Amino acid sequence: MANKENNPVLLEVKNLYKEYDGRAALDNIDLSIHKGEVVVVLGPSGCGKSTLLRCLNGLEMIQGGDIIFYGESLTGKDVQWQEIRQKIGMVFQNYDLFPHMTVIENILLGPEKVQSRDRNEIMQQATQLLDRVGLLDRKDAYPRQLSGGQKQRIAIVRALCMNPEIMLFDEVTAALDPEMVREVLDVILGLAKQGMTMVIVTHEMGFARLVADRIVFVDFGKVCEIGSPDEFFTNPKTERTRQFLNIFQY
Amino acid sequence: MQSLGINVLFEGINLQRLFGGLLVTVEIAFFSIAIGSLLGILMGLIRTSKSKTICFVCRIYLEVFRIIPILVWLFIAYFGVTRMFDIHVSGEVVAVVVFSLWGAAEMGDIVRGALESLPRHQMESGKALGLSSLGVYRYILIPQAIRRMLPGAINLATRMVKTTSLVVMIGVIDVVKVGQQIIELSTLRIPTAAFWIYGFIFILYFIICYPLAKWSKKLEMKWES
Repeated sequence: MANKENNPVLLEVKNLYKEYDGRAALDNIDLSIHKGEVVVVLGPSGCGKSTLLRCLNGLEMIQGGDIIFYGESLTGKDVQWQEIRQKIGMVFQNYDLFPHMTVIENILLGPEKVQSRDRNEIMQQATQLLDRVGLLDRKDAYPRQLSGGQKQRIAIVRALCMNPEIMLFDEVTAALDPEMVREVLDVILGLAKQGMTMVIVTHEMGFARLVADRIVFVDFGKVCEIGSPDEFFTNPKTERTRQFLNIFQY
Repeated sequence: MQSLGINVLFEGINLQRLFGGLLVTVEIAFFSIAIGSLLGILMGLIRTSKSKTICFVCRIYLEVFRIIPILVWLFIAYFGVTRMFDIHVSGEVVAVVVFSLWGAAEMGDIVRGALESLPRHQMESGKALGLSSLGVYRYILIPQAIRRMLPGAINLATRMVKTTSLVVMIGVIDVVKVGQQIIELSTLRIPTAAFWIYGFIFILYFIICYPLAKWSKKLEMKWES
């Protein structure tokens, strides 16, 4: 991947602190995400990866530090989260489509009701995106008629249709049948090639190495190591990273 | 005449009177269900609130209506409250007020149950799209909750229709009371009058409640496919 370190910083996390009932879930996290960069967050279960992602679009409140998006702080009471979230797309682990709406209704909901855009224009964009993920023929299906992999691809299209500046992926393949993991990862890889800025939490090591510009390794709520994928996988700097990587090698 | 007891239905204006009584029953049931449902939905939304005080108050309200028989509520309202505060209202109005309050309590519980049964990530993925809390409720949670609560709500509606027969006790002339009057008048001449009149009322209640049940089945089927 080309060097994106010189691109302007899109999202910056400064000294972030987050606790649940007095226990620190995230501590002293510093991270800058440059425009067009793909940052993959790795770490053992329960280390705080997902929490970090959820803090970035305000689904979790933080108790200290700052998150800066486009030069504006996302802390304090008067943050317009409804505005911000339109620019920060998120796809979750659980298939999160709305079961009472068809695929196309799911996709149109945000652009139409939140962004008040013209229906024809959204339809055009939705058609294009659906075609790209190979699901145009399922646009009138209900979520329950789709496989897990199809649902996740639709969820990605739904988020993309809002024209976000950055996409957050929270273990989007973790609940999938192994056979369906690839079709979802291919879509994300395609986005990376197009220059979409992304923060990805995953357990798919091979994919992480392939897609990432930078790997962030988190353990016990702290950033243990940040580096390029090659560096991280071949020459990890900390003992903890080595232990973690060993688990994934038989 | 004894062999043709069914004639009691067609004597004089008996049939007309029975339908007049039925209208009173239907009116009370209709307004109670409509008002009770609206208040109940509001109540259900309030009960998903995180505030412990609000939930506690709503909970007490529900339990008070569940524990105390509706008949006692009717008596308290009609003979107690109206006298106490010197309000002059008809039995029908008192009935609608009591049944609405009862319906709101029960409906509130059904709505709360339906909303809480929805997965938490539905709320989150709605918010992640930039929807406001109100928008999430309007487009995502309430449409789904309605589907889940429908069987319980229809069940409540039919229960309310049936329970309106208690209004006799506060002097409202509903279909059951009209029936009693006709029976009293004709039972010496037609000993089987009670059978025919109550049998007819039985069919009337069935005609009101059955379509409700049928309709809910149909909606359920439609939403499932």
